[in-house]
Amino acid sequence: MPSPDDHWLDEEAGPVVRPYALIRGRTRASGETLDLIAIITAVRGVQLDPSSLDPEHLEVLRLCRLPTSVAEIAADLDLPLGVVRILLGDLRERSLIAIHNPIPPARLPDVQILKEVVDGLRRL
Amino acid sequence: MDYAASDPVASVGRMPVTIKILIAGGFGVGKTTLVGSLTEIRPLRTEEPLSEPGAAVDRLDGVERKSTTTVALDFGRITIRENLVIYLFGTPGQERFWFMWDELARGALGAIVMADTRRLADCFPSVDYFEQRGIPFVVGVNCFDGARRFRPEAVRSALDLDPLVPVVLCDARQRATCRDALIALVEHALHVLRNHPQYASAAAAPQPAPAGEPAQ
Repeated sequence: MPSPDDHWLDEEAGPVVRPYALIRGRTRASGETLDLIAIITAVRGVQLDPSSLDPEHLEVLRLCRLPTSVAEIAADLDLPLGVVRILLGDLRERSLIAIHNPIPPARLPDVQILKEVVDGLRRL
Repeated sequence: MDYAASDPVASVGRMPVTIKILIAGGFGVGKTTLVGSLTEIRPLRTEEPLSEPGAAVDRLDGVERKSTTTVALDFGRITIRENLVIYLFGTPGQERFWFMWDELARGALGAIVMADTRRLADCFPSVDYFEQRGIPFVVGVNCFDGARRFRPEAVRSALDLDPLVPVVLCDARQRATCRDALIALVEHALHVLRNHPQYASAAAAPQPAPAGEPAQ
């Protein structure tokens, strides 16, 4: 019978790693958890202080010149979601990004959007 | 939370509408194949502290010496038009990764639950999960080579589904049938939003993570 820890540690669970050095060992972002499909946009025209930002922060800002979802940032930069959330939390604290939360399905502006989705899927 | 007031971009009114759809079902049922038939898959890694999965207490800036594990999800994007995007997330197939489901399910428009008629019981936990949370879902019966073909009604009865829940036959390798399953889901969600708004608002609200969910 494996111990409870062994239960987690197999190939399916992926490699066991220390919390990332690049985010100074933090495992939780500050502030509200960002939704996977929240859209992040770098705020333009802000003077950046490179000494207070890591290269990964700058990569995120570069990627978010165009509106980009949290999940896409993680996939594009090949960083785990938790790391990306911490980087985004840092950028949020410095007011360098705008966050656009997804509209819950029940509050979609009108059902027209979903009809548009159906029509769009039919053209796939 | 509404960031619109402090969001210079949102005020322009051109922010994307993003829609989240989950692809669920048992291990090896064809979730990855289905996502891959519809869009380019990009692996998305998430990590969780090993020592306290789902723990309610978050430390903020403390330096923690806990190990974490990474779990890879299938992640795909379908662009309907500029500013209207569907994101597909394949749910982890194994029960010990349930802690990730609440985050994935929060605000989801709905789910396709993939079923293999040779191992129908594998999709029970997914069906239970979405039923309990009132999240619209359709059951996609993956028609593998060599699998006995069942009529959708037989599958519905075996799963004891609500009569409203669509059951569609699909082949995860065939883009057209996957697309049709997705269309069936969006149309079903549209129906639910119109006729049963209480479900949809329940699905949209953040769910507290129930301990040990779901019971097996």
